[in-house]
Amino acid sequence: MAKTYIARSGRLAARKLGEEMLVMSGLGSTLFTLNPTATILWQAADGATPLEEIVEQRICPQFEVSAGEALRDAETLARDLAQHGILLVSHEPFAQTSSSALEPATV
Amino acid sequence: MSLLLELDARAQRLGVPLSAHVDLTYRCNEQCIHCYLDHEDHGEMTTVEIKRLLDEMARAGVFILTFSGGEIFLRKDLFEILEYARSLTFCIKLKTNAVLIREAQAARLREIGVESVQISIYSHRPEVHDEITKIPGSLRRSIAAIRFLKQQGLKVVMANVLMTKNMQDYNGVRALAEELGARYTLDPTIAPMMDGDRATVALNAGGAALHQLFRDESYIGDPEEFCAPPAEVSEDSLNAVPCSAGHTACYISPYGEFYPCVQFPLSCGNVRQQPFLEIWRNSAQLKEVRSIRLRDLTGCSQCVHGASCSRCPGMAFLEGNMRGPSTADCEKSFARTGIPSVNLLAKKTNPSSARLVQIQLVPAIAGTRLAGLPASA
Repeated sequence: MAKTYIARSGRLAARKLGEEMLVMSGLGSTLFTLNPTATILWQAADGATPLEEIVEQRICPQFEVSAGEALRDAETLARDLAQHGILLVSHEPFAQTSSSALEPATV
Repeated sequence: MSLLLELDARAQRLGVPLSAHVDLTYRCNEQCIHCYLDHEDHGEMTTVEIKRLLDEMARAGVFILTFSGGEIFLRKDLFEILEYARSLTFCIKLKTNAVLIREAQAARLREIGVESVQISIYSHRPEVHDEITKIPGSLRRSIAAIRFLKQQGLKVVMANVLMTKNMQDYNGVRALAEELGARYTLDPTIAPMMDGDRATVALNAGGAALHQLFRDESYIGDPEEFCAPPAEVSEDSLNAVPCSAGHTACYISPYGEFYPCVQFPLSCGNVRQQPFLEIWRNSAQLKEVRSIRLRDLTGCSQCVHGASCSRCPGMAFLEGNMRGPSTADCEKSFARTGIPSVNLLAKKTNPSSARLVQIQLVPAIAGTRLAGLPASA
């Protein structure tokens, strides 16, 4: 099964406030608050670490949930965040670009 | 409660400066008649100093970062600062007269990803706008810039400060904003200069003009609702924080001075001498500002307008007492409802009480002004 990689969109403004992450899309001025789980995903979304590894290392230790269930939930959440332009999702690792935005390495 | 208000309340509980306003320069290419700044450069922060400040502000939790001036495009390092700020994932808002924004600058702002650009427009008529800015052709250039920014898909806000000279033009400016696809905001208050000089206050449009404005349905909606007598002041209102200045918001001058707000020049420290977070957490002045509640305010705590007034603590400070009234806001409450505030009634009884003195000098501005200008200035 292909691995999933997630990266933060470079056009966003973001800051952690307490346990939640504030994220604003630069052009649309749409403000989102990410819950603690989504915040973990956002913070770990370096474009290089597979989602499965993020779930195992960052989510499972904090929540009483099986790895399989956590991965399914994380994939759903990542797709939701991608629909809002908050995360980029790919089956290839992302390459860091000069403008801090991340693009898939194969593009 | 809106999401932003909810976040502001949470930031206040956590002691986080959610928003900051940084003036990068007081130099300006316009000479607006109502401006509250001294435009001489008395030693602006360098690029390195500003980047260090941005690092500190990001660590402190600042999310919404407004860059203003003076005219920010007079700083040759503006784009370097903006790029650095975006790399720290701030939500960036700009305030400018836009005279120096052409296609290339607009494209760069889009590339960097600023959230919005607010542009001062005083009138839709060049003869009025340019008379206020004292720069012929300034309206034409600002409008051209708005078009360039909109072509890039950027959010543009047209800020319309009203005074005697342009009081009748706000509908024209609003129509212009609509035509250009820009948002529109209106501010009918002219502030005193930051050094306490109140000469600019004479430019305020006055009670009759405010009365007319506050009954213009196209601006305020339902006049009966907008101008209704104030609701009774509740216990919750008496315990409420007057505004976000110093609680979740702050201001940094081009010289590093730390104030609760751009309109509240109470020096709380200097980021050139102390880390941002140390000032935010430990400044005695900020602690004092944070301790003030409506119930502590002279006159306002007994005033019928107490809970509904737009009282600006900075304007009150510039009037002489940060625990006192802001007469400009008393006048707005009166123009809106026809009911005089406690402060206005006191002034009617004792006119001399209106002549208050500045209670605290602003070190950076007062100090440099004394050093840089003749004694008569």
